[in-house]
Amino acid sequence: MTIQTSIKKNAYYDSVTLMLLSRQLQELAGVEDVLVGMGTDLNLDLAKDLGLATGEFDTLTPNDLFIAAKIDEAQISMKAVEDAFNAYLNKNAESDSDEDYQPTSLSSAIQALPGANMVLVSVPGQYAAAEVEDALDAGLHVMLFSDNVPVEDELRLKQKAVEKGLLMMGPDCGTAIINGIPLCFANAVRRGKIGVVGASGTGTQEVTVQIHKLGEGLSQVIGTGGRDLKEQIGGLMMIQGFESLIADPETELIVLISKPPDPSVAEKIYQIAKSSPKPVVIDFIGGDRAAIEAAGAIPCISLEDAAQKAVKVLRGREYEDFTGFSLPEEQIEQVVEKEAAKLKSDQTELRALFTGGTLADEAMKLLGDHYEIYSNIPLSPEMAIENLPEGRGHICLDLGEDEFTRGRPHPMIDPQTRTEFFESHVDEKTAVILVDVVLGFGSYKDPAGAVADSVREIRQRLSTQGRDVVVIASVCGTELDSQDLNKSIATLEAAGIIVLPSNAQAVRLTDKVMQRIKKGAGDVR
Amino acid sequence: MSVNDLFKQELKVVNLGLKSFYSDLKSQGVTTVQVNWKPKAGGKKNMLSLLSKINKVKQS
Repeated sequence: MTIQTSIKKNAYYDSVTLMLLSRQLQELAGVEDVLVGMGTDLNLDLAKDLGLATGEFDTLTPNDLFIAAKIDEAQISMKAVEDAFNAYLNKNAESDSDEDYQPTSLSSAIQALPGANMVLVSVPGQYAAAEVEDALDAGLHVMLFSDNVPVEDELRLKQKAVEKGLLMMGPDCGTAIINGIPLCFANAVRRGKIGVVGASGTGTQEVTVQIHKLGEGLSQVIGTGGRDLKEQIGGLMMIQGFESLIADPETELIVLISKPPDPSVAEKIYQIAKSSPKPVVIDFIGGDRAAIEAAGAIPCISLEDAAQKAVKVLRGREYEDFTGFSLPEEQIEQVVEKEAAKLKSDQTELRALFTGGTLADEAMKLLGDHYEIYSNIPLSPEMAIENLPEGRGHICLDLGEDEFTRGRPHPMIDPQTRTEFFESHVDEKTAVILVDVVLGFGSYKDPAGAVADSVREIRQRLSTQGRDVVVIASVCGTELDSQDLNKSIATLEAAGIIVLPSNAQAVRLTDKVMQRIKKGAGDVR
Repeated sequence: MSVNDLFKQELKVVNLGLKSFYSDLKSQGVTTVQVNWKPKAGGKKNMLSLLSKINKVKQS
């Protein structure tokens, strides 16, 4: 094995393209490890950590592309790796099939697009603030998808946006739907009378999808980025979005979604809610119910509950907390009995493997205190995944977090990370696997197919020990998404996966199966 | 242009960064332009800081 490097000076490609290409090159026979990236400090550190750095790295700049590979020269040459890289790159370029004029700067793009009103920014974090500042100075609204933007920059940019009456959604803002157009990671939903402001990406997607499924639609969906409701930022964009929806004649009801805000920020939001002439539904996932009610707003127990209440209030109907299932209770009990009967008595552990962070967080909160769940986004510090005793216990992971996405795409874009976790984290002690399948713009072309393939492999593996496993999923998507909700459900069900209509219901079914196991359902067959 | 003015307009998007976002917008018939972006000044921090200072002087 030798480590070899190929460098292309002044050739810039975006990080997702390169991470996907890295994965393709990894598949080549004779390639043990490979990293393709721009010469940023982050990538150079990663190459060093992977043991792929060579002396040539000292000359790299962030505008230079490198391919660093550990190869078996008996099987493949570095030239062949480069050729494969170029072939993949050309294939991608062909599939884009556009030869549109591409200006080289924001200012020339604004000139080239008269009436431009929104700038999407997904360049590496360290360069993003300068571009956003230019966009705001030019009077354009911004959606900032990039992460790794310092909080001081976020505050400065949001203050500028508010001063100018503009949106500055982000940083790390994954989803928005403006004027019916889904931006970045968003689902195809119908237009309607419900406006949403969300600080949690997949949480916002789940609420919009559920509203669509219930037959209503969305006026505007404004993302704020996850840090917006922290004390330092003060909720600047949630307030800006909230007030805009109050003033928007197309919006009749407003839904706010976030993890529990800083108390000082929550207070500001409650003050606006108190004087809102439109009904306000709030899901501060696990937030202060009494304070929300005191503000005259409607509190929720789950993302699905937020959608249910929004639709009921819009239609002038009575509402209560939605704690059940769409299917009749007796049918659910039959499923629980049938599924629990598949398990041996020593299969007791939960493996919840999520691609959506908010969905993982919601799952742990709904499962509550009577489970000790270890996680990379734990509900309390002692439940951090590092504290998992000898690898045994319940696990819930947000696979989209930084520690799992270093040098590789987010698992919503590329299912490989979760595929590997299915292999490494599901074993003979696993009772229930709980997953999310997120469809929509930005997401992988067939996430259900990837999960189904993994589940088939797991079942094959466990069957050699005479074992099976319960797999429960929810699909965050609609029939209008390119991946198609109904097709995705059929794909999952064909692999023996139980599909529930929401994350909350999937979690509730998981709870029921786990409780049934505790009572001793194992080895009944 | 205020947020509420934006709600009344046709969305026209400049995309800086991931090409897939541009392709998604185009596939929906949204008027959009992809910027052929690369870090200014070769991405070198000291040069970027210098550029930013020059721009600020220009603006003032």
